[in-house]
Amino acid sequence: MKFRIYRYNPDADKKPYMQDFELADPEPGMMLLAALLKIKDTIDESLSFRRSCGEGVCGSDGMNINGINGLACVTPLASLKQPIEIRPLPGLPVVRDLIVDMDQFWQNYRDVKPYLIVNDPMPEVELPQTPQQREQLDGLYECILCACCSTQCPSFWWNPDKYLGPAALLQASRFIEDSRDQATEERLAALEGPFKLFRCHSIMNCVQVCPKGLNPTRAINNIKKMMVKRSL
Amino acid sequence: MECKTTAVVSGDVNDSIDMPDLPRRQFDALIIGAGGGGLRAALQLANADASVAVVSKVFPTRSHTVAAQGGMNAALANVLPDNWHWHMFDTVKGSDYLGDQDAIEYMCRAAPTAVYELEHFGVPFSRLDNGSIYQRPFGGQSQNFGGDQAARTCAAADRTGHAILHSLYQQNIRAKTHFFDEYFAVDLLKDDQGYILGALAFNIHNGEPVIIEAKTTLLATGGAGQLFRTTTNALINTGDGMGMALRAGVPLQDMEFFQFHPTGIAGRGMLITEGARGEGGYLVNADGERLMERYAPKAKDLASRDVVSRAIATEVREGRGCGPNKDHVMLKLDHLGEDVIQKRLPGIRQTCITFVGIDPAVAPVPIFPTAHYTMGGIPTNRDGQVVMPVKDTPEEPVPGLYAAGECACVSVHGANRLGGNSLLDILVFGRAAANHIIDYLSENRYHRPIDSDSLESAVNRMQRWDRKGDGEGESVSGLRDELKMVMENHCSVFRNDEVLAEGVAKVEQIVERFKHARIDDHSAVFNTARVEALELENLLGVALATIHSARARQESRGAHSRTDYTERDDINWMRHSLYSLDTGLDYKPVRTKPISVDSFPPKARVY
Repeated sequence: MKFRIYRYNPDADKKPYMQDFELADPEPGMMLLAALLKIKDTIDESLSFRRSCGEGVCGSDGMNINGINGLACVTPLASLKQPIEIRPLPGLPVVRDLIVDMDQFWQNYRDVKPYLIVNDPMPEVELPQTPQQREQLDGLYECILCACCSTQCPSFWWNPDKYLGPAALLQASRFIEDSRDQATEERLAALEGPFKLFRCHSIMNCVQVCPKGLNPTRAINNIKKMMVKRSL
Repeated sequence: MECKTTAVVSGDVNDSIDMPDLPRRQFDALIIGAGGGGLRAALQLANADASVAVVSKVFPTRSHTVAAQGGMNAALANVLPDNWHWHMFDTVKGSDYLGDQDAIEYMCRAAPTAVYELEHFGVPFSRLDNGSIYQRPFGGQSQNFGGDQAARTCAAADRTGHAILHSLYQQNIRAKTHFFDEYFAVDLLKDDQGYILGALAFNIHNGEPVIIEAKTTLLATGGAGQLFRTTTNALINTGDGMGMALRAGVPLQDMEFFQFHPTGIAGRGMLITEGARGEGGYLVNADGERLMERYAPKAKDLASRDVVSRAIATEVREGRGCGPNKDHVMLKLDHLGEDVIQKRLPGIRQTCITFVGIDPAVAPVPIFPTAHYTMGGIPTNRDGQVVMPVKDTPEEPVPGLYAAGECACVSVHGANRLGGNSLLDILVFGRAAANHIIDYLSENRYHRPIDSDSLESAVNRMQRWDRKGDGEGESVSGLRDELKMVMENHCSVFRNDEVLAEGVAKVEQIVERFKHARIDDHSAVFNTARVEALELENLLGVALATIHSARARQESRGAHSRTDYTERDDINWMRHSLYSLDTGLDYKPVRTKPISVDSFPPKARVY
């Protein structure tokens, strides 16, 4: 099994380069993360990448795999054409090898006030929500913040500091759609202007790459519709 | 501060290391670990206007709380009749009478409030038609002190941990908690009177150390599932807080009790929530027999986890396992129908399809007991204060040091944790610890000076790995893999003295060899090799505690099953183990007296 992996250590390298690795006899059903761990453990311990849960719920190991962003831990080797070319998520500064600086991504997340806002006094028990109201959150709350979507989005590449990107906007939608949240008006107002929301041109790369099968474009379009209604 | 140190770790190092002025930061409270326990505490402290720093070696939403699936227990009685006292009984019984009953009463009484708070923080719980929180049946739950099955587990589909962790992180954004993301905490710092005064950490991005001074320090670093080769745990679960506590002279409690979850995907380890059985799934052996009917005639597949795991291991040992190697049993869910599975168990459906190519809505899933949860940990009281024996006092608080969550041992789980009590534990005791910290801060208003010895040893521990390779010494990853294999082969579901004694010798030998281990990556930038070396050192301490405590305990209780001592022995062994690096094993009594109700005396445990 052949790999071509992006390498860059600012401590030692003048510029990035691609390095070839080969693993003999990968186990059947092996995921890409297991292969990377094996390369790190047996060939080159300096190969650097983030990882944690290994089952697609923590969002650590987003990377660009044969040109498409995905999570290494849920990408079967057997599904990939060789040599498997692995690069860091595009559009963010590289810290080292497959590790990117995610500060801008987190800043955009924080910018949408990703928390429930309730102005009324809280009841002693739960805020009521019908199963139908709760269903509005399905497809929104499951996001794991792996950044695969935003870093596959050309609008984000061009304006990462002005356009919030699909991950942050999906979170905006998650709170706008929540029947318990009381800040819809202020959330919509904060998305006004040509960049934050409206730089989304429905290219739908985000939908194509989301490892959780979510649809940020649909969420963004729903917000756009509410913005239009609000302006009438 | 100018400080010269002499390297003391494992021999042949540079004679002395120049330690330039290290940057210092000061906070009222330092929290190490950003899972549910750490974030719940941080939120409480930030809301009380304490200055609080959270140090986490990964970005907070990567913490392993995110992987909790099935839910969180609280006697809300939304689906079936319930009250906290029944929940308390089930937890005491589930603990095989090793849990401390004051802490268990405290937790079960606090549970409903803890759930409502989470809901107010935004957690998207699944709902019932009347708009209240959905609850499902889980293992070991009963109504009326051992009667009919209860439905006590509050769930957000099968992504409850994800929903909780993200909501807590979001609330901390609102509260402006100070986060040190991707910083690794090396060791606790203290003074000569034993006050814990913060920690030495380094920024993984550039390798730069920082002293984080704090009047109080809360360890919330989670469990140590990476002790075992096959585990449901994330790669980050390396028992870092437990390792730090051991090195600071604090013993670890009840480490022999490690939970093997009955339903990990066979050979792979991914968790299939107990909620799958709570929704009506059941186990079958090679003969197609519903095996739990023999082991737990009443509760069947919803018996306690230790009971179900032993049943599966026994079936396989007696030749009734499934597959070409007869090495697993099957979890059957397809009779529930696709609608129920998609609505209540969408996450595990995806996991099964991804990792074994089986859709549980169509075919049964191969499963086997898999290392899952560290019942033992850093001993605390129910205020989250770390306690240890001092002279004649078995539980003297260590000033300034707190622990909460899986790294701690309150002990509410005793010898066997009930499903759904882990999320509850982290939230109740994360908050309780924070409340006690707030009190402590009002009486301890100023930072105390840190002892230079304690700082030196922490710096040495970190700098050891900067040593340029002489090409000798074993690799960290090789030793780690060997340790995990030894623990899996010598400290698993069934144990006996012979196997454990061999395990002790092997672990001690790995500890010796580790002193000469090497890494080849000496870069300052995001050096994951160095992080993994420091993690392995933590794991080794935890491994020693686990296997020594297991060998010494000559009885079978909860998750600790000895084939040479098959019965529970309440006369000699209804007591907590304490293992410390310097003095080895010690014991202290179980707190059998609850806060306000009568004690539950030990009884035979039948499900």
